[in-house]
Amino acid sequence: MTLDLVIQQLVNGLIVGSFYALIALGYSMVFGVIKLLNFAHGDIYMSGAFVGLVVFSFVGIWVGNGWLGVVCALLASMLVVGLLGVVIERFAYRPMRNAPRLSILITALGASMVLNGGALALTGGRHFAFNTDLGFAGVDISTVHITYTQMILVAASVLLMAGMQAFVSRTMYGKAMRAVSIDMGASRLMGIDVDRVIALTFFMGSALAAGGGVMAGAYYGSVHFFMGFIMGLKAFTAAVIGGIGSVPGAMLGGLLLGLLEAYGSSLPFVGSEWRDVFVFGALILFLVFKPTGILGRSIVERV
Amino acid sequence: MSEGVRILPAAAQPPLLRRSLLLPGLAVLACALVLPQFANAYVIEVATTALLYVVLCLGLNIVVGYAGLLDLGYAAFFAVGAYTTGILTAEFGFNFWLSIPVSMAAACAAGIIIGAPTLRLRSDYLAIVTLGFGEIVRIIARNLDITGGASGLVGIERPEIFGFKLMQVQHFYYAFLVLALLTIFVCLSVERSRMGRAWFYVRYDEDAAAGIGINRVSAKLQAYMMGAVIASVAGCLYAAKMTAISPESFTFNQSLLILLGVVLGGMGRIPGVILGAILVALLPEVLRGVGTYRPLVTAVALLAIMLFRPNGLWPDRRA
Amino acid sequence: MALLEVSNLRLGFGGLKVLQDVSFSVEKGAINSLIGPNGAGKTSLFNCLTGFYKPKGGSIRLAGRPITGLPPHRITALGLARTFQNIRLFKEMSVLENAMSGQHCRSRHGIVSALLHLPSQRREEETIRAVGMRWLEFVGLHEQAHRLAGGLSYGDQRRLELARALASTPELILLDEPAAGLNEREKLDLVYLIRRIRDETGVTVLLIEHDMGLVMQVSEKIVVFDYGQKIADGPPEAVRADPRVIEAYLGTEE
Repeated sequence: MTLDLVIQQLVNGLIVGSFYALIALGYSMVFGVIKLLNFAHGDIYMSGAFVGLVVFSFVGIWVGNGWLGVVCALLASMLVVGLLGVVIERFAYRPMRNAPRLSILITALGASMVLNGGALALTGGRHFAFNTDLGFAGVDISTVHITYTQMILVAASVLLMAGMQAFVSRTMYGKAMRAVSIDMGASRLMGIDVDRVIALTFFMGSALAAGGGVMAGAYYGSVHFFMGFIMGLKAFTAAVIGGIGSVPGAMLGGLLLGLLEAYGSSLPFVGSEWRDVFVFGALILFLVFKPTGILGRSIVERV
Repeated sequence: MSEGVRILPAAAQPPLLRRSLLLPGLAVLACALVLPQFANAYVIEVATTALLYVVLCLGLNIVVGYAGLLDLGYAAFFAVGAYTTGILTAEFGFNFWLSIPVSMAAACAAGIIIGAPTLRLRSDYLAIVTLGFGEIVRIIARNLDITGGASGLVGIERPEIFGFKLMQVQHFYYAFLVLALLTIFVCLSVERSRMGRAWFYVRYDEDAAAGIGINRVSAKLQAYMMGAVIASVAGCLYAAKMTAISPESFTFNQSLLILLGVVLGGMGRIPGVILGAILVALLPEVLRGVGTYRPLVTAVALLAIMLFRPNGLWPDRRA
Repeated sequence: MALLEVSNLRLGFGGLKVLQDVSFSVEKGAINSLIGPNGAGKTSLFNCLTGFYKPKGGSIRLAGRPITGLPPHRITALGLARTFQNIRLFKEMSVLENAMSGQHCRSRHGIVSALLHLPSQRREEETIRAVGMRWLEFVGLHEQAHRLAGGLSYGDQRRLELARALASTPELILLDEPAAGLNEREKLDLVYLIRRIRDETGVTVLLIEHDMGLVMQVSEKIVVFDYGQKIADGPPEAVRADPRVIEAYLGTEE
């Protein structure tokens, strides 16, 4: 592999990795408080992309297709889809809180598929173009061109995640979220409004996913109803690799997965069709040998 | 507390089929047997699809309804059976009937490969892993030459029984009817047995089951593999009927539809699952012309059942 | 040789030391109790004994066989059964099916013999049902054999858990707070039942309990815990008078 290829794949890996990290972070946060994987998370990412596109197209009439439009789309989408996440929690997860595990999972699956199916019905399965005028200006390292757009996107992702980490470790609500994730019953007894904390967690996790969706949509230039499906699986993989329930873990996992994918698909026998199989193989390996991931802590269940 | 010595009533083993269901069951069977005489080809075709779903839903019911494992990649085993038969008969000239045991073995192997490392995981992890596995099988089928790539396999031979070639719609209807009856018998037999109870114990309280001496992973693996084998046999017959298969018949949506059939019927109960399977098979017919709405309707149905009638549509016999 | 020998058992989670160098033994045929203030580590000890927790160090032997770190189902098959502190019955299944679950590890027939309806498989099924009924009769629940387990009264549910554990024909049975939530009359029945287990079945009993009266009444040997360590063991009279025990429960005189 030439140096150029190495750098190129590094760049690709970082960008994709930062998207994975954003989505994985949302997964991890929600998992932390309700001890369950939110199946609908990938579809929330997809919804974020669509909402972003709609806002972008609308706002674009006044502010054009540049950064301002993207930022507006980003903020609006994060807000709207964050609320969508709260609604899903309220109507699909909360009623099932005391139901057997299997029922909760199927309900979550149903919620996810409703979003997916709804998007299919509304869009007819077509790809929608997300045309931005962000330009291709950038820096060159050898023959590899890194655009400012790419750098800004990665920076934005890191910023969002850092903001999230700060929120979780410094604010009262952040502390409450950590308390609930350690012991829901005790938190309730201590006067923490567990329902509200869970709703807030869903809001923030969904907002992050929506942000990732808008950025991915803008970056790749298209939005499609099925984009959340694969992203959901990959974000889960990233969360597992990094250590589920842990904020730095999600970030690390996302990054590693992005790099793994980028370098993995350059391997001779692994073309882009087999990339997903390669990633899945990595998931299985981690689940079998190190299910708590790189940074995760073991959860001991009291019997 | 008991006083003195008592002669205990013998705790009799319940019969294979509950008495209250025997007559209605026979009536349905009689109708099913004479259906082709009265119906046109289209109706028979739909009925055959319903029977296929009965088999698939009963198979998934063992995994989800008995053992409580959320398998979201069940269509993969259906694919394994179909493709094994397809490849063996179309490319290597195997006899169809011989390809069935090979398909079953392939499904067992796939079940062990995926199940052994993952069935000890938590239920939500397992769900996502099985979903991924289903997708992987489809990607593999789409990318290998031997499976015909994205356009799939064609030219699968129609099977022969004692020189009689199965060709027409009615023939496959009866073939699937036999398979469905066989599957019902298999499920009834195993449901009342030691392993069947073990699956329920694991489903209802895994830790208590472990505490009472049940090897959870082994039990789960057995349920998973049994489901796999049933799906693969259905796949074999499906391949023979269609004579051409493609990866698009084995998508996640397919796994979801089968799951819906199990859930509609109230996971675990055979009569309910049969009803659920028939409803799911009728869904595309009811929703003709609004193809893009089908996944949404499926999803809404799934969500609605879980939120409002989690025990399924079939009335609960144990009030 | 004691039926159960625990030597230098250690257990910790993170920085928390749950069990520190715990050693004691249980003689066959006797009724033994484990007592101590809340949080002393008693249920954690049960979880180690039954394989739900893996101890950090030390050993556990059942009838001379090492069972440390084995998975729960293997330990049960080797003859150690338990009940749970918060009742964990299979509530959606019948009383009889709950009792029958104990026989799973004592029977062999699997899927294939069930499909073939082999005569030996049918006979085994009859045995499983008969054993289940026998233990239901032992605890007095045989008339409710076909009721849903979730529909039983609290006291009956506790008895069913006992029947289920006994149905695995164990050598040693661990009862985790069997009297919790019972009224006085039910506690008397429980004492009677525990004695019947010792006298009629040959199964050795080790129980965790908070009700001092019940413990003193029924036990032949008592092991006392505090802060993850054993602080006393011996017959009830000795333990009752032990100053360390009194201090652990009541505190010292200032």
